Amino acid sequence: MRDTLKTAYIIAKREFAAYFATPLAAVFLTIFVAATGAFAFYIGGFFDRGQANLDSFFAYHPWLYLLLVPAVAMRLWAEERKSGTIELLMTLPISPLEAILGKFAAAWAFIGLALLLTFPMWITVNVLGDPDNGVILTSYIGSFLVAGAFLAIGSFISALTKNQVIAFILSATVCFLFVTSGMELVQTALRAWTPRLVADAVASMSFLTHYEEITRGVIGAGSIVFFVSLIAFALLANAIAVSQKKSA
Amino acid sequence: MAALIEAKGLQKTFGAITAVSSISLAVEKGEVLGFLGPNGAGKSTTMKMITGFLEPDAGQAAICGFDVQENPKAAKAQLGYLPEGAPAYGDMTPGNFLRFIAEIRGFEGSEIKGRVAAALARAGLGAVVDQRIETLSKGFKRRVGIAQAILHDPPVLIMDEPTDGLDPNQKHHVRELIREMAPHKAIIVSTHILEEVEAVCTRAVVIDKGRIVADGTAEDLLRRGRGYGAIAIKVRLADAERVSKALSGVAEVAGVETFDKTGDTIRLRAFAKTNTQPAKAIADRLSREQLPFEEIYVEHGRLDDVFRDITTSTQA
Repeated sequence: MRDTLKTAYIIAKREFAAYFATPLAAVFLTIFVAATGAFAFYIGGFFDRGQANLDSFFAYHPWLYLLLVPAVAMRLWAEERKSGTIELLMTLPISPLEAILGKFAAAWAFIGLALLLTFPMWITVNVLGDPDNGVILTSYIGSFLVAGAFLAIGSFISALTKNQVIAFILSATVCFLFVTSGMELVQTALRAWTPRLVADAVASMSFLTHYEEITRGVIGAGSIVFFVSLIAFALLANAIAVSQKKSA
Repeated sequence: MAALIEAKGLQKTFGAITAVSSISLAVEKGEVLGFLGPNGAGKSTTMKMITGFLEPDAGQAAICGFDVQENPKAAKAQLGYLPEGAPAYGDMTPGNFLRFIAEIRGFEGSEIKGRVAAALARAGLGAVVDQRIETLSKGFKRRVGIAQAILHDPPVLIMDEPTDGLDPNQKHHVRELIREMAPHKAIIVSTHILEEVEAVCTRAVVIDKGRIVADGTAEDLLRRGRGYGAIAIKVRLADAERVSKALSGVAEVAGVETFDKTGDTIRLRAFAKTNTQPAKAIADRLSREQLPFEEIYVEHGRLDDVFRDITTSTQA
């Protein structure tokens, strides 16, 4: 186990540095910070609400992730397969699990860094009023978990293809379905032709429902377990995809 | 001593195509095995199975006694592998890339530095250590791949076309490197450059359509060719017919052909019957009949011709 974590850490370190070797990091971080701010102020009406909280900021995170997280995830495996480095990586004395954990951890940490860089929002709301910083902290955790779930799904899909564009579109679509599965629109359509049980099961997979619960300040075990197990499941599927489809 | 590289009955199909069907081979310490074959013969696929990257449909491969599928980490720790095309992370510098490989290979502290420096020096990468790999020339990229493969001084080295795309000086450098390491390692080198086999390999295995069609030293391979041990004689055009007739009369000669007609001279080639050396008999005959000639020499055949013979005669 210690060896697994150590190897995963070495891989994560390399991957994390790779983001900063190209303009990708600068572009992503700038757009993430600018977009979260823009959504909070212009669409969420941060000032008009006259409330000292970051609800309008956090409300749009899942929607923003829909575009930005698959963009980070798409290269994780597709690029390795395209450039042939997967052959190098998988003939080093490492297991697929270590490679997957390392890559996932690096990408998640990168998105975590993007989230941290939104700290001026937190300062702003603390200067303007007296917000519940506990709720803000749990919201950050919730947002980070949603990003992790998107990322794990994206990483799995990236391992299925060597084409990054396909990986992006498929990941964004699957993530969209997860976000909207609890919405009235989807639920009405589902109830019309499936048993209630199925519709409820689909609704319970909704990222939004679980995320909103956390951003209300309730860190329910259920929501945490939901996201963590979804990440674990996607990464497991990722491991199978990597070992099965190395050369195709 | 058991072979360091051992493959038994390796088989791989992709859909309807059989890429490799039942390849077995063993390579011992001190051997450099040249893996030859036309493009698409299954060389790379076989190497990918031996290195554990591809799972064979049937058969096993072992490195230093560790089965690559059952015990992949132990097997891969003993292996240095240069994949086809020498892939590397293009956004890294050779220095950082090798440091990453050293860490993954479990080196720590000052040993990382030492290993990286040694690999950089052996592969001749000193001048480009801080340049991004994607900006390097093909030759340097290949050398980064080689540096990565030899960094941990593995007992087993498998290299897929290590000299592909290199200029003659670089090729020479890589061959020197292989020769230098050869006594202490078991090495497989795939190539379609036949001179390489004669230059560095102690043994050559030719595969075609996923099967081994020849296995032996370069000399053994040459012996299989029709031109092995043939006598070439340069004569004046006017004497050609008389000389040719005389050659045909020698017991050890299997046949005579003409080639290289230039101006008023022509060359004759007398093929040797299997396991004979007709040189002396021919020389005696020529002097006895007082036939004039300008040059006479023994040919060893060309690996290219043997290769073509072997890999086209197996066509079903």
